[in-house]
Amino acid sequence: MRKVVAIILASAFFAVLLVSFSNIQQADYGEKEYYYQNPINGSYANESVPSHYISNTKNETGAVNAVTAIVVEYRGFDTLGEVTVLFTAATGVSFLLYKTRGGKKRTEANLILKEGSKLVLPFILLTGAYIFIHGHLTPGGGFPGGAVIASGFLLMMLSYPKFFMKERAVSVTESMAGITFAFIGLLGLVFASSFLQNFLPLGDAGYILSAGIIPIIYIAIGFKVGSELSSIADKLKEVQK
Amino acid sequence: MIELTIISWIMAFLVIGAAIYAIETKDLISAAIAAGVASLVVSIMFLVLQAPDVAITEASIGAGLTMAIFVYAIGRTGRWEE
Repeated sequence: MRKVVAIILASAFFAVLLVSFSNIQQADYGEKEYYYQNPINGSYANESVPSHYISNTKNETGAVNAVTAIVVEYRGFDTLGEVTVLFTAATGVSFLLYKTRGGKKRTEANLILKEGSKLVLPFILLTGAYIFIHGHLTPGGGFPGGAVIASGFLLMMLSYPKFFMKERAVSVTESMAGITFAFIGLLGLVFASSFLQNFLPLGDAGYILSAGIIPIIYIAIGFKVGSELSSIADKLKEVQK
Repeated sequence: MIELTIISWIMAFLVIGAAIYAIETKDLISAAIAAGVASLVVSIMFLVLQAPDVAITEASIGAGLTMAIFVYAIGRTGRWEE
């Protein structure tokens, strides 16, 4: 009985979705004209927000990747909140699982897995670092780069039962990255007009040293997310005593 | 509207099938792996729909880390759903 009700509800929901998305081209999503103030030069423009992002991102922020420019520059405060949520989750996990190490005995991993993961780990770390350092040039950024780095450490945890993250180093890295993010935001308050506003020269678009504070903030976010996610995985894994 | 090719249909049905299997099965490890498969295929769909940023994030977090964290958590509790 419950399953029948669930299937009926799910198909009704699916039908509603299908009907509402079938004419998505006719609906004007986000294409309304707004009078809004330009945060950079204070002028009032009569154009839609998406077209403003598409046409002006490169000139205003110096970043080639518009997604990164929106995440770090236009919506930087939201990103600070997002990082805080992740920090709270990691803290909660380590609080719940504090000193509960032990449990079932884990078997040693296969030789091929051990040697292969030792071989692959530097390349995974390099890819993660590339993703967050080049966040303003190519797709990606701090969150995916940090996740890639954490998955590299996860691979080491899977192949070596006695592999531990150094807790002190992880927490120091995380705190320094968080402090860097907030401190750069405060510097924006000092040197420019508002919190997290760009105060460095924009440089030539397309080079690594361009786009002002975006690369610095994304490197900080990459370190922070990587250390948080790998500490979550480290706290959760079972080890032999 | 983006044209749905044969591969897109196959991927869509794979996602739906993996999601239904993840809900219905009693073995929680299989459920976690099915959820990982679903998010891996979803990340390919994001790439097809020209959202590479989201695709990278989905592949590394959804298919990699979340599945590993689920498996660790299941190892700390019980494998079978009553």
